[in-house]
Amino acid sequence: MDITTKNADTPPPAPQPTQVEQKRAARGATRPGDRIFLGLSRGSGILLLAIMAAIAIFLTYRATLAISKDDGNFLTTFEWNTNVTPPKFGIAVLAFGTIVSSIVAMVIAVPVAVAIALFLTHYAPRKLSGPIAYVIDLLAAVPSIVYGLWGALILVPNMNGLFGWLNDYLGWTGVFSWEEGAPRSMLTVGILLAIMILPVITNVSREVFRQTPRMNEEAALALGATRWEVIRMSVLPFGRSGVISASMLGLGRALGETMAVATVLSPSFLIETSLLDPGGGTFAQNIAAKFGEANEFGRDALIASGLVLFVITLVVNGAARAIIARRAEYSGANA
Amino acid sequence: MSTVVAQKPKGSLQGARLPKWFPYALAGGSVALGIGISLAAGLDSNIQWGLIAAILFVVGTYVIATRVEGKRQAKDRIATSLVWVAFLLAVVPLVSLVWTTVARGVKVLDGYFLSHSMGVVADSEPGGGIYHAIIGSLEQVGLATAMGAPIGVLTAIYLVEYGRGKLAKAVTFFVDVMTGIPSIVAGLFILSIMLQFEMQPFGFAGSLALAILMMPVVVRSTEEMLKLVPNELREASLALGIPKWRTILKVVLPTAIGGITTGIMLAVARIAGETAPVLLLVFGNPFINNNPFEGAQASLPLYIYQQYSGGTDASYDRAWAASLTLIAFVMILNLGARGIARWKAPKTGR
Repeated sequence: MDITTKNADTPPPAPQPTQVEQKRAARGATRPGDRIFLGLSRGSGILLLAIMAAIAIFLTYRATLAISKDDGNFLTTFEWNTNVTPPKFGIAVLAFGTIVSSIVAMVIAVPVAVAIALFLTHYAPRKLSGPIAYVIDLLAAVPSIVYGLWGALILVPNMNGLFGWLNDYLGWTGVFSWEEGAPRSMLTVGILLAIMILPVITNVSREVFRQTPRMNEEAALALGATRWEVIRMSVLPFGRSGVISASMLGLGRALGETMAVATVLSPSFLIETSLLDPGGGTFAQNIAAKFGEANEFGRDALIASGLVLFVITLVVNGAARAIIARRAEYSGANA
Repeated sequence: MSTVVAQKPKGSLQGARLPKWFPYALAGGSVALGIGISLAAGLDSNIQWGLIAAILFVVGTYVIATRVEGKRQAKDRIATSLVWVAFLLAVVPLVSLVWTTVARGVKVLDGYFLSHSMGVVADSEPGGGIYHAIIGSLEQVGLATAMGAPIGVLTAIYLVEYGRGKLAKAVTFFVDVMTGIPSIVAGLFILSIMLQFEMQPFGFAGSLALAILMMPVVVRSTEEMLKLVPNELREASLALGIPKWRTILKVVLPTAIGGITTGIMLAVARIAGETAPVLLLVFGNPFINNNPFEGAQASLPLYIYQQYSGGTDASYDRAWAASLTLIAFVMILNLGARGIARWKAPKTGR
């Protein structure tokens, strides 16, 4: 280069790029198309953040409007009267009902879902497991209102026998006593929620179990382990955190479920100690049920209860994410 | 180990085994016995004989296998039978759900049902249809998709192609958070805005809530798909001097378009069945309202809920028929999405 320029001696030295140009070249996004595109996509990301912030701000603002006029204690009152003056409402019953129905759903759904996931990965004949997994995948997409319709018209009449049996043999515990009402109680709600979240938990668990390192399983088999011992020693320990996070996802869905609970439960503002007696309510169900008759203040009160639900689901989902993140760090799957 | 060795027959390396037909025979026997006991005791519920049969099967397996094969094998067998029983127990309600919806849905589902509204029909009378609800659902879901899908895809592009630093981390985190928002909370958010500005319910308000529910799903699935596009493709295009935005539009997106479409269709299927936000924001309307920007509208999931609340045989029939229509719509979207996913699987390195 140097020699040619010296010899030719006519061309002037190339102009040095200015500082601004150098900076632009370093950043890479100099063309207008690039800048527009980057702006659009970054803008969408910022819009998402803005929506989240707006949700938190608007819900909190409207909720404080309602709570400041609440004559009872928002956390401990056992009533929901927003149309009277002074209004008196509280979330105690709703919080209780939401937690109880979700716990019932989890107690039923998690073991069954894990068993189905194991069935699909380790027990079912190969030819069967593919189509079954596909169908369960599709069932996760059935709208919740259809589950609600089925639960109210088919499941509820079929619960009478089970309720009578539970009352006869376990009624003495108090948790399973039944006073012959229609079986539109927390237990029925829990069972329906369990059926709804079953496909979700099954799908995630199946994916996790399938990723168990083949070597671990074969090593166990080579040592003479039975199939159950293989599952207990290599599959379950590997999949534990995955199953936990799958359950948390299912729990998040159960907590926020509206229509299935609204159609099945016959609500009241009392805490029933028995799972079999109709009564109680959940956050989402109460919003759907009370919305029609609520005036503007009543709607603000419902928004306040929705804010509590929002916070609860955030905590549950955050816990699930944390578990997934920890698993990614310590997992030996990629080794 | 010692128990197995002790029970080993002479000259064989294997322990004693139960014959292959044993589980099937025991299952048949348990079902027969379960039904027998239920009849004898006068129990009328289907759930009960099923449970009795299941318990008989599990206990029977354990006892017999312990005697013949030893404890470890018995545990293995009991795990196997528990897994099978759990599977069968779970299949019953799911099959029942699909079966009832189809069997009861076809009763009133016909051309008339699809092409008429509930305008002049009382909830207690037979007749009427879901035309107005289909129009409402299509408009609300269509508008929601028109807003949610581009924003979701662009956000995913930002995260995968540009995203470094704090902003990208924050977006990733809040997309995760957004995935977990219950649908009724999204509805309450729009409702709080409507209360603030004193607006009446209309279709587009529902679309806004549905779009909020749709965005994180689209971001997640699109992100996964974009990550599958091999880096060599991007580098080859950039090395030819093509600007980054054209590389993304002409190389990255076409490579992943199958997966992105699948993700969007699955998200559409999800929001099409959402009832809660529609209940709060769109309110329902027995008449045909073609304008999503003014006045209450109907929607399929909401129609099902309202017909269920009607509480008469005629309205239950309509609820089932509408459920069948909704499930068919969601399933077609799902199957279509999976078809596209398989047909246009992302072209990886080789």
